[in-house]
Formats: sequence, structure tokens, C-alpha cells
Amino acid sequence: MFDIFGYHFMQNAMLAALLASIACGIIGVYVVSKRIVFISGGIAHASFGGIGLGYFIGISPVLGATIFSIISAITMGVSTRRTRLPEDTVIGILWATGMALGAIFISLTPGYTTNLFSYLFGNILTVPDSELLLILILDVVILAVVVLLYKEFLAISFDEEYSTVIGMPTEKIYLILLCLIALTIVVMIRVVGIILVIALLTIPASLARQFTNDMKKMMVLSVIFSIIFTFTGLFLSYILDLASGATIIITSVIIFATVISTRKLLSSTRLPSQKM
Amino acid sequence: MLKEKEVVKFENVWAYYNSHPALQDINFAIYDRDFLGIIGPNGGGKTTLLKIILGLLKPRHGKVIVLGKEPREGRPQIGYVPQKSFFDKNFPINVWQVTLMGRYSHTGLFRRYSMEDKKLAEQSLERVGMMEYRDRQIGELSGGQQKRVFIARALSSNPKILLLDEPMESVDPKVQGEIYGLLKEFQKEMTIVLVSHDITAISIYVDKIACLNQTLVYHGPKEISVEVLEGTYQCPINLIAHGTIPHRVLKEHD
Repeated sequence: MFDIFGYHFMQNAMLAALLASIACGIIGVYVVSKRIVFISGGIAHASFGGIGLGYFIGISPVLGATIFSIISAITMGVSTRRTRLPEDTVIGILWATGMALGAIFISLTPGYTTNLFSYLFGNILTVPDSELLLILILDVVILAVVVLLYKEFLAISFDEEYSTVIGMPTEKIYLILLCLIALTIVVMIRVVGIILVIALLTIPASLARQFTNDMKKMMVLSVIFSIIFTFTGLFLSYILDLASGATIIITSVIIFATVISTRKLLSSTRLPSQKM
Repeated sequence: MLKEKEVVKFENVWAYYNSHPALQDINFAIYDRDFLGIIGPNGGGKTTLLKIILGLLKPRHGKVIVLGKEPREGRPQIGYVPQKSFFDKNFPINVWQVTLMGRYSHTGLFRRYSMEDKKLAEQSLERVGMMEYRDRQIGELSGGQQKRVFIARALSSNPKILLLDEPMESVDPKVQGEIYGLLKEFQKEMTIVLVSHDITAISIYVDKIACLNQTLVYHGPKEISVEVLEGTYQCPINLIAHGTIPHRVLKEHD
């Protein structure tokens, strides 16, 4: 069965999974720790508008999604902070707006829109070389910003009020963090698609949190878990001939649930009330 | 006689919350090495006052001077201990990383914490007696220990003024005493200002008291009258007497 490694598309798929795992493993730690899962889901879904736009004006849908996800990240960040509307209301509205725009653009596009499904649910077996390069560049950007702003991201994630008091430009830093989430979503489009991306932003990081209290170690573990999930899912989908994105997610969920319940079981059997 | 140095000065300060006045014509000064307790009911403008001192909020009218500068510019020399810790108890951060955050105003964007930052953070943890907990996750500590860490974080910026918002909330009396002991110690080097809605939290250690309920009544050392407190709280109130042993006398209702 190891001849599958020889296929070019498989090599690209594994490379994409590896690169995507680096981005989502690291950024996922912020998403989970700062509890911005819902806003991240909103950015991901709103980026569908960009995919539609890409089809409509004839540019790469991934490029369209990049532009749209950045715009929606900034819009969400600014409008959740500066309007009096509840944050989840703002997110819900923008989430649906992006998707609606995408649907309109696609219906305006003449002819058959191929591959639409793969942007929604991912199709890692069809990553072209050019897109690998884009993923690599985005990875480098994400890593560089995290290294540069590590202490700032840590501070605003932990205690935004105090960060403001000590003179940190917290709103700008928060918007930069949201933009990194937007870029991570773009990286993940091929792997699991915009609808499923939120699972890979939360499961590896949340699992990593089970094993460490330290954010840096959490990032390393989260990347490793993400690699395990995407690779396992990829091979299972190949062997069982299932949709790759969905298989990766289901694989992650099964491993996550198994680890969590095993740990729970182990800690509860250690209770002193054991009967021999 | 040498005049005492003013570290904070309010002149005819008015501030509004939406369209309601939160502060009305506030005039007062805080002097170097004061230990001042500002008390007042919730909604009496305590948070607004703090925000103005920190330069996070501009008053509608009036003038505020902090350490001889605009409040915003004076801010790096204020150590702030926030009220309730609204942080996520599960957040992956340890005591050491929290304390280092206090150095930010001296370190600045992008830069890494220097050896000096680390030395000062270490000293601050030593002073509040939390050095041995430096690797512990913050949420694992008790409320009193967390308070000490947040005080260490404020201290690590080498402040001239230490500003504490409701420092004794959800802290038991024994720990309150310990924290007051620490603050009294720090008073030798800096001005201490604490804000509370709970008059019982203002202990014998506090030298001066100001009552705040939109307007501010400032008291010299060791004096506070029932009329003033009742005016502030709009209800009958316990009397605080300062002395070596703190005791309270309940004023009879008319």
C-alpha cells in the first residue's frame, strides 16, 4: 500500500497537510485560549463571499477568499468592539452576510461552477504546486508575526483590560490576531474547507491543553496533534475512498473523544473510594 | 516648611457616563507617600475616577495632572492592580509570565523582556512572597495568592503610585491583613491609593480617606464623620474608628 507515497498528488497532499498543521496548530492555541472560536467560525464562513467573488470575476477563488477573510476579520473585530450590539449578534450577521454574497456571486457566474464543493469541505488530493507555495508563504507570515508579537498576544489573550492600562495598543493587536486567523483559514481551505476549518482550529489546541499549562509547549503539541489528525485522516480517506476533509475531522473527533474519556476514566479510577 | 509633593491633582473635574454625571466638580490632590483609601457606593464614580487617573478616559471639564504630566504620560509610572480578575482560570499562563507583563510599559512593542525586566519581576515576586510559585499556573492559586501576583505585576514596573481597585474583594480577613502589611511596607517607596465600595475594607493602615459619590469629600488623616459617610452612602452606616485596634461602632437609628 506504500506505493501511494509515490504519487505526485499524494506528496502535495502530505505537504499541504504538514504546512496547514503548523498554521492551525499555533493559531488554534490562541483561538481556544482567548475563547474566540465563534468569531473564527464567522470569519471562515464569511470568506465564502470571496470564493464566490473569485468565480465571478475570474480570479483564483483562494485569492478571493484571502481578501474576503481579511476584510471580514477586520470588520468583525471593529464592529464587535465599537458597536453596542452583542458580540455574538454581530458575528452571526457578518457570518451570514459573507455566505449570502458568495451565493449571489456564484449564481451570477455563467456556466457550471466546478470544485465549489471542495472549497466548502476541502479536497486535499487536488492541491496544485502553485497553491503549495501560497500556503508556504502564509505559514511564514503567520510564524513571523507570532514570534514578533508573542508577548503582546499572550497579554491580550490573558487580560485585555490590564493590557490597555499598561499602554498596549490592544485593539490593533487583537485585529492583527484576527487577521492571522483569517490567513490560517485560507491555508486550511484545501485541507478541510471553510465549513470544517473550525474543528482543526479547536481540537488539536484543546487536546494539547490537556497535557500542558504552558502556551509554547501547547503550540508544539497542537501542531503535532494536527499533523497526526490530518495524516491519519488523509490515509483513511484514500483507503476507504471517502471525502478527505470530512474524514480528517471525524478522525480528529474520534481521537479527541477517546483521549478525553480515557483520561477521565483513569483519573476517576484513582479515587480513594475504590473497592477491591 | 517644605510643601508636600503632589502626585495627582484634580481641578474642577467633571465626567459623564452617557448623559449622567459620574463625577461632579472634583477637586483634590494626592501627595507623595500617601496611603489613601477612596470609598463610595457602586456607581458612585470610582471606576470613572480610576480611568481618569490612568488616562483611559478624558474628563468633560477640568484639569488632571499625574506626576506633573498628562495622565496618559504619567501612566507608565503607575502600578495598577485591577479589581476582579476576569481572566479565564484555565488560561495557560504561569505566575512568572503574569508578573513579567507588568514590565511591558518599559519594554515596548516587539521587544523581548530584558535581563533587567526579569530581575525586577523576580524582586517583585520575592517582595510579595510568591517566588516559590513562579512556575504555577495562575488559576491553580488561591484568591489571596492571585492578588499577591497581581500586586507583584504592578510592582515590577517600579511605580511611583500603586493603584488598587477593590483589593480586598473576595479575600478573607487574614489575607486582607497580610496584604495591608505589604502595602504599608511599599508606602515607604511609593504612594498607595486604593478604591473600595466596602468601608470595612479600609483598615487602620490607611492614612487618609476620601468619600466619593459623584462628589468627593476629602479627609485629613484619622478622621471621618458619620454625616460624611451617610451623605456618601445615603443610608445609616457603621462608624470606623482608627486606632491601634480597629473597631466599629454602629450608630443608632433615629
